Amino acid sequence: MAEQRFTVVGGGLAGLMSVIKLCEAGHKVDLLSIVPVKRSHSVCAQGGINGAVNTKGEGDHPDIHVKDTLRGGDFLAEQTSVKGMCYAAPGVIYLLDRMGVPFNRTPEGLLDFRRFGGTLHHRTAFAGATTGQQLLYALDEQVRRFEAAGMVNKFEYWEWLGMVKDGSGRCVGSIAMDLRTMEVRAIPAEAVMLATGGPGIVFGRSTNSIINTGTAAGRAYLDGAIYANGEFIQVHPTSIPGEDKLRLMSESVRGEGGRVWVPKKKGDTRDPVTIPEDERWYFLEEKYPKYKNLVPRDVATREIFHICRELGMGVGGRDGVYLDVTHIPAATLDAKIKGVMEIYEKFVGDDPRHHPMIIFPGMHYSMGGVYVTFEAGPNLEPLAASPKNQATNIPGLYASGEADHAYHGANRLGANSLLSCIYGGIIGGPAMVSYAKNVVKGAASVPSSVFEDAKKQWEERFANIDKMNGTENPYVLARELGEVMTENVTVVRRNDRLRKTLDKIAELQDRWKRINVLDHGHSSNRPLSFVNQLWNMFALGEVITKSALLRDESRGAHYKPEFQLPEPKTKDPTQDPEWMKAWKERHQKWAKTTIARWTPKGSEITYEDISTPVLDPEPRWYA
Amino acid sequence: MDEATKVGPTTESRVEAGEKWVNFRIWRQESASAPGGFEEFRVPHRKGANVISCLMEIQRNPVNAAGKATTPVTWDAACLEEVCGSCAMNINGRVRMACSALVDKLEWPITLEPMRKFPMVRDLCVDRSRMFESLKRVKAWVELDGTHNLGPGPRQSQSEQAQRYVLSTCITCGSCLEACPQITQDNDFMGAAPISQVRLFNLHPTGAMHAEDRLHGLMGPGGIQDCGKAQNCVQVCPKEIPLTTSIAAMNRDVTKLVVKDLFFKDEETETAVGGPA
Repeated sequence: MAEQRFTVVGGGLAGLMSVIKLCEAGHKVDLLSIVPVKRSHSVCAQGGINGAVNTKGEGDHPDIHVKDTLRGGDFLAEQTSVKGMCYAAPGVIYLLDRMGVPFNRTPEGLLDFRRFGGTLHHRTAFAGATTGQQLLYALDEQVRRFEAAGMVNKFEYWEWLGMVKDGSGRCVGSIAMDLRTMEVRAIPAEAVMLATGGPGIVFGRSTNSIINTGTAAGRAYLDGAIYANGEFIQVHPTSIPGEDKLRLMSESVRGEGGRVWVPKKKGDTRDPVTIPEDERWYFLEEKYPKYKNLVPRDVATREIFHICRELGMGVGGRDGVYLDVTHIPAATLDAKIKGVMEIYEKFVGDDPRHHPMIIFPGMHYSMGGVYVTFEAGPNLEPLAASPKNQATNIPGLYASGEADHAYHGANRLGANSLLSCIYGGIIGGPAMVSYAKNVVKGAASVPSSVFEDAKKQWEERFANIDKMNGTENPYVLARELGEVMTENVTVVRRNDRLRKTLDKIAELQDRWKRINVLDHGHSSNRPLSFVNQLWNMFALGEVITKSALLRDESRGAHYKPEFQLPEPKTKDPTQDPEWMKAWKERHQKWAKTTIARWTPKGSEITYEDISTPVLDPEPRWYA
Repeated sequence: MDEATKVGPTTESRVEAGEKWVNFRIWRQESASAPGGFEEFRVPHRKGANVISCLMEIQRNPVNAAGKATTPVTWDAACLEEVCGSCAMNINGRVRMACSALVDKLEWPITLEPMRKFPMVRDLCVDRSRMFESLKRVKAWVELDGTHNLGPGPRQSQSEQAQRYVLSTCITCGSCLEACPQITQDNDFMGAAPISQVRLFNLHPTGAMHAEDRLHGLMGPGGIQDCGKAQNCVQVCPKEIPLTTSIAAMNRDVTKLVVKDLFFKDEETETAVGGPA
């Protein structure tokens, strides 16, 4: 029997953890990544990783983590995976600690934990404010150990183009392109893991790395994978707008005591340090006395948006509010959040230790993604090594990390993404192994003509793109896509504007056909690969927009003022029976996973009921 | 060709009369074997622009300063916030990260060249795989029994964490190799980055159990003894990692180990477990 090989696409946390699990099970792995894996987008995560380790005497427990996560996601997350993740979290943090991650420490030498949004507990382990970088490096190092031992074959600067299916529709491998030589190759595999991250670049400028086009997820969707909950896009409350990207200012800034405010006087032009305390409006602290500046991200983002766009109270009348840490000693800031202090200093030019930062919300994360399933065990966590965990609707194709749809529902809590990526790999790798064991005929028995045909199709596609000599510039089309998506499909959504966005995307798809490929080189021809990626980006843009258009309610990050429930008459909404009735009706109608399938006419949207075996839904209320 | 027709439609709509232009001289080379040379570009100036945003502008309007259509420049970039290590290049003759190179803080015209100590790929892209190979050579990882649940790792003091954290922020950008006079494309000297990584792992309580394996990785051709102590590395490191301190510390440890290897080999037991091949 031929050797069993597996393919993992993406070298971020989810991908690398999948690789490690496959290697530990004794399997060889082909690891595809468009950049050297150490440069993957996971490096950008700043604040930390959640786990109810409960070292602060607060009585924290994985059950409370589960509740915070499900509530934070407005009861749209897949519940068994959330329970499994939260229960695994302390062990995941310990594992990373054993790998040598330089987590911050308490005076006693234990792991330190900080506060984060959407919880009242100190639950976030952190390594300065570059936790994602440190976690990625730890997994990168372990994968390098397996690489040195001959278990991992890295295909760096290789782009996953699409899957290869056998006659029965099973995924038996991938087609990939060497981004340096432009060689197209078929890579057979018993199972393929897509750990390809989110679609931030569909929104043009975001907090994402410029490699996060979502192209792989888009292509999987075009090839029959279901894309779920696409409308749920997290806009991070605190970023610094830039010409090339929106740079994230970590939630940990508020976790360490940072305060958000604007001058009480509209259009106040004074230097913020000279504005006295009683002339500052700490609008989050005022409205949310319990969570204060650490309400979930969607809530903070809407409040900042409201302040700037509706009240015109932004700093200098523009988009922007103060994020202030000047009351915290500089030494403390440097010990805990130096990484982000330096980013602000380098890119804006002011020292945030002595001068309040000016920030504004920026597109950050996709809760939705490629649809995956889980098999619940008796404890309502994903059953260990079930081949159904992290499995897409296409047999043999798996997804994890930001690329999957499951863990965060309608809104992700800060510091849950690093956790969900690693946990997705922890259960996804073994799921692939179980799947391969149960398959009667392995990928090696698939006729080679299947792979050759698929390869030929892709070679032809690129030969055709190479011939494109029209008038449209692909990067201009991408910018137009980003502008319309950011304008209409982020914080506030209105159906008329969403319809116009769909029209715009259709226009862009039409103009795509008149693209000029700009470059005919045979070495590192970036426009050639980008033109193909752009088509997949349009597909995701359409799914995200149409999913948003059809969901006529507000839930988590998806906010439609036209369909907003009225404010309850009591402070505690459960005490207002009329409001509770309205909430229940709305919830019953919309507590569903959005399912998008590709058809030649665009996406076909249906809904799947959410099962709630772990926790009954309740109104989400932070005031 | 007048100013207005030089720019593409999106630029045109945003360029106001009298706007400043930034001049660039950018190294163009279609492949390692092709001849290379500078091409000049003019990019509309915007407040807060960095080298990357200007290269993006050229993608949207690939026309050179002479008004001639050309191919977009090829360069490596990902995070644009100095944490992924992709975009190191020579900017006005000094190696640095392009994302944090703000146009208003640079002298104009701005000259962009690839790093010269690594094999050329195309334009501003080079092949930095020698750095990743060095990480394998020095075993830059903590040995792990497995990823199953074995409880917390060893306790560490706050000062140990602080010392290790700064070493662990190395983004493998290659700046230290580019600036090092000892490194050429033809030799094997590993440069400062992997040497400092040995220190990082040898400072970890579990990592220290295999400290000698890593120190052996620093010995031999291309190893730490090739360092000429020019101290350029520490001056160009974008993460301000104390690279020369790391090199000095590892030099000391390697010297001790050389003596130990010479005179006490028979008493050596550590190599029996996971020692060097």
